[in-house]
Order: sequence, then structure tokens, then C-alpha cells
Amino acid sequence: MDWSVIAEYYPRLLEGSWMTLKLVILSSILGLILAIPMALARVSESLAWNGLPRLYIFFFRGTPLLIQIFLFYYGLSQFEIVRESALWPYLREPYWCAIIVLGLHTAAYVAEILRGALQAIPRGEVEACRVMGMTKPTMYRRILLPRAFGIMMPAYGNEVILMLKGSALASTITLLDLTGMARTIIARTYTPEEIYIAAGVLYLLISWLFMLFFKLLDRLFNRHQMV
Amino acid sequence: MNHWVKAGALAIGMAASTFAMAADKIKIATEGAWAPFNFVNEQGQLAGFDVDIANALCAKMKVECEIVGQDWDGMIPALKVRKFDAIVASMSITEERLRQVDFTDHYYSGGLRFMGPEGKELDTSKVGLKGKVIGAQRSTVGGMYLEDNLADVVDIKLYDTQEAVYLDLQAGRLDGAIADELPAYDWLNGDNGKGFEFKGEAFAKNDKIGIAIRKKDELKEKFNQALKEIRADGTYEKINAKYFPFSIY
Amino acid sequence: MISEVIADGLFEGFTGQLLAGTVMTVKVTLAATFVGICLGLLGASARMSKFKPAKYAGDAYVGFIRGIPELLIIFLIYFGSTRLLMTIASWFGYNEYIELSPFIAGVIALGLTFGGYATEVFRGAFLAVHPGQKEAASALGMSKLRIFFRIQLPQVWRIALPGLGNLILVLMKDTALISVIGLEELTRKTQMVVTATREPFTWYFTAAVMYLSLTVVTTLILRYFENRSRRHERPVARTMKAAGGA
Repeated sequence: MDWSVIAEYYPRLLEGSWMTLKLVILSSILGLILAIPMALARVSESLAWNGLPRLYIFFFRGTPLLIQIFLFYYGLSQFEIVRESALWPYLREPYWCAIIVLGLHTAAYVAEILRGALQAIPRGEVEACRVMGMTKPTMYRRILLPRAFGIMMPAYGNEVILMLKGSALASTITLLDLTGMARTIIARTYTPEEIYIAAGVLYLLISWLFMLFFKLLDRLFNRHQMV
Repeated sequence: MNHWVKAGALAIGMAASTFAMAADKIKIATEGAWAPFNFVNEQGQLAGFDVDIANALCAKMKVECEIVGQDWDGMIPALKVRKFDAIVASMSITEERLRQVDFTDHYYSGGLRFMGPEGKELDTSKVGLKGKVIGAQRSTVGGMYLEDNLADVVDIKLYDTQEAVYLDLQAGRLDGAIADELPAYDWLNGDNGKGFEFKGEAFAKNDKIGIAIRKKDELKEKFNQALKEIRADGTYEKINAKYFPFSIY
Repeated sequence: MISEVIADGLFEGFTGQLLAGTVMTVKVTLAATFVGICLGLLGASARMSKFKPAKYAGDAYVGFIRGIPELLIIFLIYFGSTRLLMTIASWFGYNEYIELSPFIAGVIALGLTFGGYATEVFRGAFLAVHPGQKEAASALGMSKLRIFFRIQLPQVWRIALPGLGNLILVLMKDTALISVIGLEELTRKTQMVVTATREPFTWYFTAAVMYLSLTVVTTLILRYFENRSRRHERPVARTMKAAGGA
């Protein structure tokens, strides 16, 4: 083992870690934004509202992330219309493609987590809102959604860490995230063990960082709950 | 539970077969994704200039050879750990690689060249390339050239395979690509290369392609001797003419 | 227009390639599930062990698997295993070349991942079996090993089944990652067809449909096993569990 390569290349690995962080954070935000309306549609009784998010969730949870990335990145450019659309300046960038696909992917999982959380809110709380004369939108905004976020926090934290692991696939569409950077370094140094182990350690550190963050968030959201 | 049992038997069987014994014959690796030098033909076999040369050399050395496929990224690590004995995969002789492995004399020479969509101007000088998106395959001379010489002016995209570079060139994500001139020549002349052309002249022409072997392996001398023989008796010329109308030595 | 492209794709000769890839995907999934279940049982025993080093090793295993991307583990096993295996083999005087094929490397890497998550599923299931049962069995004079196989494992199996089912579905999708080290499963085959046809959308979409079908079939099989495993439960318990699980 030749550990000096790590000393030589760690600034580039850190650079890759930063890219990984950006991917995870931006796609998580996108995923959450998309998940909220989907979860609300899923808890509604109307079948019309229910169908579309259901199909969406079925597709994104039933196929591999790698296929989703290839389908989006290479697939969309098969169509002239896409290449001439106003969105192309973004879609031609692997960076935005990765964020969009990761965001769409995680949205399907988060929607289901959020739906579970909404359904887990005790009936009495909903009834209390009604008695106080709250309208449905107010009730969701002020009471139910914040409450659901509190309930789903541990599961959501897990999902973000799964996204951290999934973001490694961005390296297959030329992004220099932590995995992509490691592969590029190895292409030069031919030291796979050393560099992959170093990258693994960095991933562990990042995942601990996220765990800590979600533990704090969990405490923040549930501070009014009795232990 | 029956399928657990079957899966188990399968796993154990596979595990046993991995303890492959090193045989007396020479194992030669090539990539299979670098037409016309090495590719998988319609019968699913490895073929191309590299494969023809490897077979000609083995015939001259009077040894039995087996040509095996290996992904480019793992090529040198796998050679070092004796997965095979030689690499005949259009590998350029570079200083970085010489630290890891030995090379025979070169068996052809190449250069790099830019290419891009027809009718769209691409100035290949450093100034002209400013702000352009240029692609290349990761761990190739072209990729290294981009990183070493143009990292400060162009947006570099490195791909796992040359095919992926072409795919994104067609998608319009890349303003241009940098690749080895000879395989690019082959691609541009094929169906898929329609609408694309070389940009500027070839450069980095001192790119010598050799056969990689492990350090201090006696195979080096044997290969060199056989190379001289096929150069002398016209075998080389015949193989060359099969793929290019000009000499690539 | 899109549906036309897809219909065209499905009836061309390349579909056979994808089917061959699908068979490989199923094989790799089954093999990795087997490895993963063994590792999961081992991991769970380690984590519940009173022997501290075993407990710490189990904890570390789960911790690593949770934080490191599957893709990285696959690369590390594929490119890093040969040197390690040869070093170990040389201690025993075996100096021949050892290598892992993409299949074996993939099975080990994904088996390790599955095992890490399965450790938690099994641990939960073991803890859910009432300790009174173990005491009752030992009062009857059963040996520890016998208690494990005859009393605990059959019940653990049943409790763990839904959790394991989810892991199998995740694993099946993760097998796509083995394409990056060259195993010709569904994703790799699709890439090869895309290279030949230059129709990325058509073929990646076809592949997506095949993965979806695999997901559906697997879900149905798992449901069958889950129902079968519950056939000994009393009707009341069964309805309660069904209500809780919905």
C-alpha cells in the first residue's frame, strides 16, 4: 500500500466531497418540494388525485437509479424537441441533470414517508383543529404538516443518507463528485485500494455529519412533544 | 425455500471457479471498445488490429495465446496482479504508465486530434478553445492531455467509454471532443460519424503505442523479437492495410 | 411519438439481448440475497453477543455499510480484492493468481450491503421473540443450538420476512450498479444495445419497464411467502397484524 498518494491527492478528494454535498443538498430540497403536493394528493380520498402520484411513485421506486439517470441524461437528447427547448441549456449540463434526477428519485420516497407521517397524526389533533374552525389549508399549513415533519424526521434523515450514497452514480455522467474524483485520480495513479478507502472514509464522515444534523432537526421539530 | 438452495449452490459453484489456475499459455488482454483496434465483432469475439497483431506475434513466438477482454480502467491493475500477462490494447507508452509496468517497442504510432460537428467552427488553439465544453475518455492520453494542458480554459468532461463521448457529441452537449486520430478516423468514416469532422491538425504525434507487460518480465524481449520479424516479413503491412490505407507504424 | 418509438423497440431483435441480461440480473440478485441473509444472521448474532469484540465488529459493519455508497464498495471489491486475496493465500503457501469475476465481486459487494441492512432486520426480529419461549425451551432440556434452530429461527424468519422483502427489492435495483465493472446484466446489455442503435431513450425506457416487471413479480412472490408464513397464526392475530401493516 502506498498511502502517500492520499497526501498528494486529498485536496482533489475534498473538492469531490464538496460536489457530493452540493448534489445531495440541492436534490434533497428539490425532492422535498415535489414530495409535499404528492403526499397531500396521496392522502386525499379522491381517486383522480391519487392516480398520478401513485404512478410516479411506482415508476421511481420500481426502477434502478442508474437507469433513471441514463434515461434522463442520454435518453432525452434523443428527441430534437428537447434539444431545441428553452430548458436545454440546463439539461445539457450533467450537474443539473444529476440534481434533477436525484431530486425526482428521492421525491417518490419522501412522498411515501410524508404520507405515512400524515396518516400517523392522532385523530384527535385533526378534530381539535376542526372544532376551532380552521379551514383545511390553514390546518395543513399550521398544524398537520409541521406535525408530520416531526414524525417523519428519523425516516427522512435515513432517506437523505441513502441519497448521499446514490449521488455516487453521478460519476457515471462525467460529474466529479467524490466517487468521480476518486476514479479520475485512480486513472492516473493506479492505486485503487488507497484512493477508494480514502473516499470511503470521507463518505462516512459526511454521513455522520448528516446524521448529526437530522438529530438536531428532530429535536427542533419535536421540542413540544412530551417524552 | 428451494430457490435459496439453488442460489447457494450457484454461489458456491461460482466461487470455486474463481480459483483459476495460471496456465502455461500467454493471456493477452484487450479492451473491445476501441474500433478498429479492438472491438467485439458480430460473432461476439474480440477482433481488430490489436487482436490481429497479438495473434501474429504469438504465431511468431510459437506459443499458445488466449485473448481476453478487460475494462480499460482496470487494465494496468489487473496486469500487475497477473490476471493476464500482456496488454495489447492500443496503450500509449507514457511516463506515468512506465512507473507501473514495462512496455515493448512500439507497434504503431498515433496522435491526438480534435473533432466536432460539421459546419460549426472550432478553433483548436488554446485561445480559441476558451469556454468550450470538450469531452474525452477518462484514463486515455486525450483525457490526460485535456487535464494537463487545457484545464484552465475549457470545461472538461471525462467519460467511462469512448462510445459515451460520441453519444454526447451527437446529443450536442459537447462543443468538441479530443481523441486518438486513428480510431476517430474509423468512426468519422462510418455511419455514426456522419455530420462530424476533424478540427485542426493532429498533434501530440509522438504517441507511441506498445505492449504492456509486468516489470522485468522476460516476455518483453520475446515480443520485441517477434515484432521485428513481422515487420520484416510483411505480415505487419498486410494487417495495417486491412484497416488503414496509410502506414500507421 | 414516444409510444411509437417504444413499440418499435420492443419488437426488434435486440430484445433478446435484454432478456439475456434480465436472466443475469435475476441470478445475481438470488446469489447476493443468499450471501446477504447469511451475513445478516451473522451480523445480528454478533451485535447481540455478550462478547464485546464481536458486538463492536457487528456495530462497525452496520455503520460502514450505511455510510458508504454501494458503487464504491463494488469498485473496492473488484479492483482491490485480488491483492488482498493473494496476500492472504500466500500466508497459506498458495501463490497462484486469484481473481474475482465481475459476478462474484458484485455478489460479494451487494451481499455485504444486504447483510448490513439485514443485520438490523434480524436483530429486531430476534428481540421480538418473547424471551419466555427460550426459557421454556431450556426448561424442557433443549440445547442452545437446538433452541436457536427449532424455536427462535422459525419465528424470526416470519417476523423478518417483510423487512427482508424490502431489502430484496432494493438489492434487485442495485444490481444495475454491477454494470460498471462489466457484468452483462440488464443495464450493461442495454448500454450495448444503445451503442449499436443510438436510441438511448427507447432502450433505457424498455429496460425500465423490465425492471418494473421484475419488481412486480418479486412483490407478488414475497406476498405469497408472507401469507404462507402467517398460516399458523390465529385469525384474530392475523387481522390485527394486517391492520397494523396497512
